[in-house]
Amino acid sequence: MTMRLVVIGNGMAGIRTVEELLNMSPDTYDITVFGNEPQPNYNRILLSPVLSAEMSFDETILNSFDWYRQHNITLHAGHAVTHIDRVKRFVSTDDGMQTPYDRLLIATGSNPFMPPIPGIDLPGVIGYRSIADVQTMLAAAQTGGHAVVIGGGLLGLEAAYGLSLRGMQVTVVHLSDCLMERQLDKTGGDMLRKALIKRGLTFLMAHQTEAILGTGHVTGLRFKNGTEIAASLVVMAAGIRPNIALAKSAGIHCERGIVVNDTLQTFDPRIYAVGECVQHRNQTYGLVAPLFEQAKVAANHLAQYGRMRYEGSQTSTKLKVTGIDLFSAGDFHATDDDEELLLQDATRGIYKKLVLRDNKLRGAILYGDTMDGSWYFQLLRDGTDISDMREHLLFGQAHLGDAGRSGAASILNLPDSAEICGCNGIKKGHIIKTILEKKLFTLEEVRAHTKASSSCGSCTGLVEAILASTVGGDYSTQSSKKPLCPCTELSHDEVRNAITQLSLHSIPQLMQTLEWKTTDGCAKCRPALNYYLLAAWPDSYQDDSRSRFINERVHANIQKDGTYSVVPRIWGGVTSAKELRSIADVADKYAVPTIKITGGQRIDLLGVAKADLPAMWHDLADAGFVSGHAYGKALRTVKTCVGSEWCRFGTQDSTALGIRLEKMTWGSWTPHKFKLAVSGCPRNCAESTIKDFGIVCVDSGYEIHVGGNGGIKVRVTDFLCKVGTEEEVIEYCGAFMQMYREEAHYLERSAPWIERVGLSHIKQHIVDDANNRSALFARFLQSQANAQTDPWQEHANGKEAFEYKPLATIEG
Amino acid sequence: MTASRIALGHLNDIPRQGARIVQTPTGEIAVFRTLDDQIFALDNRCPHKGGPLAQGIVHGTQVTCPLHGWVINLDSGNAATPDEGCVNRYTVDNEGGLLYLNIY
Repeated sequence: MTMRLVVIGNGMAGIRTVEELLNMSPDTYDITVFGNEPQPNYNRILLSPVLSAEMSFDETILNSFDWYRQHNITLHAGHAVTHIDRVKRFVSTDDGMQTPYDRLLIATGSNPFMPPIPGIDLPGVIGYRSIADVQTMLAAAQTGGHAVVIGGGLLGLEAAYGLSLRGMQVTVVHLSDCLMERQLDKTGGDMLRKALIKRGLTFLMAHQTEAILGTGHVTGLRFKNGTEIAASLVVMAAGIRPNIALAKSAGIHCERGIVVNDTLQTFDPRIYAVGECVQHRNQTYGLVAPLFEQAKVAANHLAQYGRMRYEGSQTSTKLKVTGIDLFSAGDFHATDDDEELLLQDATRGIYKKLVLRDNKLRGAILYGDTMDGSWYFQLLRDGTDISDMREHLLFGQAHLGDAGRSGAASILNLPDSAEICGCNGIKKGHIIKTILEKKLFTLEEVRAHTKASSSCGSCTGLVEAILASTVGGDYSTQSSKKPLCPCTELSHDEVRNAITQLSLHSIPQLMQTLEWKTTDGCAKCRPALNYYLLAAWPDSYQDDSRSRFINERVHANIQKDGTYSVVPRIWGGVTSAKELRSIADVADKYAVPTIKITGGQRIDLLGVAKADLPAMWHDLADAGFVSGHAYGKALRTVKTCVGSEWCRFGTQDSTALGIRLEKMTWGSWTPHKFKLAVSGCPRNCAESTIKDFGIVCVDSGYEIHVGGNGGIKVRVTDFLCKVGTEEEVIEYCGAFMQMYREEAHYLERSAPWIERVGLSHIKQHIVDDANNRSALFARFLQSQANAQTDPWQEHANGKEAFEYKPLATIEG
Repeated sequence: MTASRIALGHLNDIPRQGARIVQTPTGEIAVFRTLDDQIFALDNRCPHKGGPLAQGIVHGTQVTCPLHGWVINLDSGNAATPDEGCVNRYTVDNEGGLLYLNIY
């Protein structure tokens, strides 16, 4: 029999849980929803834009009445539940309706805190919580006059700013001497206050309200210091309190909020609770990101999957006042155990403060330039050791805005026509429009719907900033544990550990054991799993060509028109007239339309028909060439300069060393592409310092540099160490590649991998620990023993021949 | 091209989780075989930018285009949400392992 789920609360938390539940298990429940407000579920964080006339109420509706009908949900909007009978298991409303339940979900949200001062009940004194409150404010604004907002926090400032845009004179009264003191320190608070004064707001700091004056309607306020102020509207924004009255009256255990465990269950096992009304691990939340995380977990348990746990959220805040960029996260009041990093530039209106303890980020305040907010937030949530990036930390994750946009400190100042995503040509205005039209909340959703930041990812920070400034003071970021793909809840690391610990040897076995949600995965997880299995069991794993991207399946690079490009391996970039002649012959024979020298010193034959590939490889093999792997997540090329053999500055034979390294490493599959270079002197003509593994020869030996990248985001290598002999270079190279192969996530270049794990971690395991270094090197050589067969030769000799031939040909 | 029924050969000529192409005077048709041996046929052109769908990774009853990662539902020819687009589909008869493509 279908069970009955009753949801008390028709707001963002309750309905998000219902949506998650419908996605997972659409038929488990007959669902009934009760809401105090007559409207369908709307986006409460967008009330400020409605108040400031930047948006209409209709634009904030998340689920229309039609949506409830389409999903067979009974909605009682405008009916308050007044009683829960936990013994007979039904709820009843103010107008006497009784509805039985098998499971109950309480999502009653919170109420504005109304301090017990005289006059608090006068007409004209309101909270700021619902669309009804906004309508009251708009009605008051029509007659003009003076509004007083009590509370200089996030909500109070947004209300004040909105009212002033609507033509009212607005004074903000704040108890503390610092605005938004829960998110800002004094310096940041003062900058914010000055900016808001310029926008026409008036402030009374360190003022405590003693009484609200008036008979029949509010006329003013009196403060503790005896002064008075006139007011025709008073907005109370002095904080929120979880709305627990109903739960309490039903005997459900409450403290500040309704107490729930990690499955969002209350003390009555049939009753769950989510959102602002909840107290979890002694925390209550007033922001949307935690509430969405809770919704996911509660839905999982309501659907009887019983798999997930909610372990609490860390939150960040952005202020939604047009033209003011403000970001704050974590604990930014430094104590004696903490260190502070500060940057203050009054002329540019920029203030940054980072609080560190034990080399970890504890809190951040950004004012004026918030572009790095999401990066700092990620570091904070992940507890990343920042000692390796300490000297640059305050200046942000440079290059977030790439060419042409780096000058734009404030995303808000960019015009709608500004191109945000250079790969896909997506403009700011389009992103904002899509976020509003499709009701998007997360970066993933924005990527899926607009494609912005979905290709190279370099504009991710910009897209996140647009999302944050569009949907309000707070938005949902990825939780720090990221599933490998939508087919599983497990992360990359958890899957890798399971492969060795549970001795998983094939993709089907892995998917079955780890309870994959799909029968045979997706285009994201299958190539990753294939690589992880190959890396874990180099001697026995049977490579699954069906789980490889087309380029690695047919050992050439697919082009936009469906033809392929072919890059023969030229060891160390050193070739001969004979080799060049044979490449020219092959190009002639197959009528190759374009021949190009690549960035890695190789020759690219472009525009080859797929059907010609095996024959072309056969001819190239005859001339002594093997695959150049220019198509793979694999060792690409070793770039070299001419070195001491010819160059008057050369200190070592960089060319010979490059060839030696390429002979050792070619054929190796890696998490992402892997490039080497050897320069013969510090002039560094082979550009070793933007390669995954780069050697700079010096008179006394070899400098080893790692983790460089010349692509989307230029990253100069970190210096690993200096060694004296070629033999040591060879060992370090194999050891470093193997550590990367064993530790990095699939599709993670060495640069972000090093930033994630820290250079010290790599030094510790490769430089400081000689035994571990030689063990890594031995494992690398062992895996190479099976890897160095030329795939071109194999395919030229008929392997997977079906790839290159049509199944049938229909004549005209 | 007139309506016709074309013999394609045997099911096992197509790898599981794979595809082969059929050349026609008006372009290529991709014939897919899923893990559980269902057969589908679509025009070999992604509705996004014309990518060769037959070269994509086949998972469930979907294929991911190799050029820009659009996911196409093999049973309907529709792009998976939120992408919007559709590709022509054809029926394939499987008669004891022998495949016949129906062209209209």
